[in-house]
Amino acid sequence: MTSLTSAPHHEEAAPVGGRLWTPFAGALVALIAVMVAVLFVRFAHGLAASTNMSDGYPWGIWIAFDVVVGSALGAGGFAVAFLTYILNRGEYHPIVRPALLAALFGYVQASISVFFDIGRYWEFWHLFAPKYAQVNSALFEVAVCIAAYTMVLFIEFLPIVMERMGWESPRRKLNRVLFIFIALGVLLPTMHQSSLGTVLVVFGPQVHPLYQTNFLPFLFLISCIGMGMAAVVVEGTTSSLAFRRPLERVLLGKLMRVGIVLSGIFLVVRIGDVIVRGALPTAFEPTWPALFFWIENLLFAIPIVLLFSAQARLRAQRLFLGGVSLAVAGIIYRLAAYLIAYNTGAGWHYFPSMGELMVTLGLVAFEILAITFAIRLLPILPKHKEAHQ
Amino acid sequence: MLTRRGLIKVAAGTAGAACASQALDAEARGNRTMPEHALGLLFDGTLCIGCRACMTACKTVNGMPAEHNAVFPGSEDAYWDAPLDISGKTLNVIKAYRSGTAAHKDQVEDGFAFTKVSCLHCVDPSCVSACPVSAMTKDENTGIVRYNVDACIGCRYCVAACPFGVPRFTFDEAYPRINKCQLCQQRLPEGKYAACAEVCPTGATLFGEVVDLKAEVARRRALEPGTLTTFPRGKIGGTDSYQGKVAKYVDHVYGEKEIGGTQVMHLSGVPFELLDKPKLPDVPPARVAETLQHTIYNAFIAPLVFLVGLTGLAWRNRRTIEEDAPKTGGEA
Repeated sequence: MTSLTSAPHHEEAAPVGGRLWTPFAGALVALIAVMVAVLFVRFAHGLAASTNMSDGYPWGIWIAFDVVVGSALGAGGFAVAFLTYILNRGEYHPIVRPALLAALFGYVQASISVFFDIGRYWEFWHLFAPKYAQVNSALFEVAVCIAAYTMVLFIEFLPIVMERMGWESPRRKLNRVLFIFIALGVLLPTMHQSSLGTVLVVFGPQVHPLYQTNFLPFLFLISCIGMGMAAVVVEGTTSSLAFRRPLERVLLGKLMRVGIVLSGIFLVVRIGDVIVRGALPTAFEPTWPALFFWIENLLFAIPIVLLFSAQARLRAQRLFLGGVSLAVAGIIYRLAAYLIAYNTGAGWHYFPSMGELMVTLGLVAFEILAITFAIRLLPILPKHKEAHQ
Repeated sequence: MLTRRGLIKVAAGTAGAACASQALDAEARGNRTMPEHALGLLFDGTLCIGCRACMTACKTVNGMPAEHNAVFPGSEDAYWDAPLDISGKTLNVIKAYRSGTAAHKDQVEDGFAFTKVSCLHCVDPSCVSACPVSAMTKDENTGIVRYNVDACIGCRYCVAACPFGVPRFTFDEAYPRINKCQLCQQRLPEGKYAACAEVCPTGATLFGEVVDLKAEVARRRALEPGTLTTFPRGKIGGTDSYQGKVAKYVDHVYGEKEIGGTQVMHLSGVPFELLDKPKLPDVPPARVAETLQHTIYNAFIAPLVFLVGLTGLAWRNRRTIEEDAPKTGGEA
């Protein structure tokens, strides 16, 4: 394997090329087809016919996973943009575009899922009509902000398409004002990712004391940045394998250094808050929320141990494992906070139906297919230079 | 290009100002107060005989469909409306507690007791605070928590937020909606009132202004158990009443203080835990959530300052951004 050198500052990006319709792509299309079939039932017969949601668990994985987790995994886009353009760390340049791409489809997935989930989907525009605005609602902030950020992501992505199409003049013009969208593209995710935590505060005692806290917005924000970075690292290692390209080990290592610092801050605040609020004894009760509390904190701690030394952060395997651990930690924290720690009274149970799982799987398949196609057709990954090998 | 940039700045500024002005009227706040003429219900479980006339009346006046639960195992009996709980089809239910031989009314051991499940019309409702599109609102005068189906997007945040589990969603419909008790607000202009109270033969469910209901609660609790007293029927201040024996109440008026107080109060002869009434704090979660949200977004100052800083830094680094794509371009 290949170059340990940091990528040159303005290395060009280029389409990877290759066959689009591989057997893998075919499998993804099959998953999307199954999703479409389930959605037919959902839209023709309602949510009860296609999901296990109930008045006790009115939100299932279409919100907790597709929206809350999906958007957080896309947070790498804004985290890397912040490092590259706001802190002016040019060395992150080669991973800006892959991170942006992942963010774009992460948020598209989240937005589509909301449309499947809300019962009165034809009225979705009420979220953006001032007449109906309800500014006290954390969900209002989340909805408006996610929609705005998805648009910003499209604008940030546009120059890549323009470059591919050879539309030089509009690309230059857009690039000149792009700094505004890059600033917005950092602000908006900090707002709605923290608000995704605030959403749970109004649930009050229905959320387990290990999870219900006024630090929810802070914990959701800080963990999403770590998750986003971990996702970039995992995607980077897998795409270097899938497309047989050199691994940006130095860069990904630097990214994971930030990741484990955030992991550490998360753990200190998370556990400190639980102790200060006197909720720690509940962590030793034989309950699901308590179990998940330990699992997720362990998973937040693993990358710190794995990637503590600079040498360790240059090892592809460790980077991958540390990235997976941090991403899964954030995923479990979110699923636990939204579903496992939520209890609205005796007698209510929720486990996603096959239909719900197939829709989530179909959306992920769509996301992977779109990302693969984009990498093959558009200048996303740094140009593969034979000389570097 | 200056004009274009200027335009964008103006657009961004306007958008920011619009957000800021919306945020301005939403500052951190204290407890909400009960409207002076708030309307509500008093449910005295010791008077309830479990006849469920209130459930039938509620269905009739609100046009709610029957709920076909299997009366005999394995069959779905289409002739019976047999709701087991409130639901997308049912706004009001009388439930029974029973233990052992269930021989004695309002007794924990070998006894039984009734309770009513319907919206409590909170002073500071979580559903109103949660709803992103103002479909849930609290009437300024009556304090009734209303639902406007024409605004609702079906996100079910209200269902998840309500600690009493009141708003229910018609999951089984392709074009669903929320359903909840709205205290028969549509009947008020006709001089009528909540149907459940109107038809209650024992005055177990009593309609009235909350101040009057609270006075009635205080009067009943002050009486010696076993003595005879007058119980109003239908609504407070009406003409219908009867003489009855005062029961022994538990020392808790459910709904009086729960999450900042509600407009529906429950009296009971058995502890409320046995009646599946959730134990809740006095502090309204809606206030906690809104205070937190308003602290972060106080007049939109923090996000605006952050945005200005980000824009400034991005502007300083605009060369990095502009050079992002190779200068030669279009090579591919």
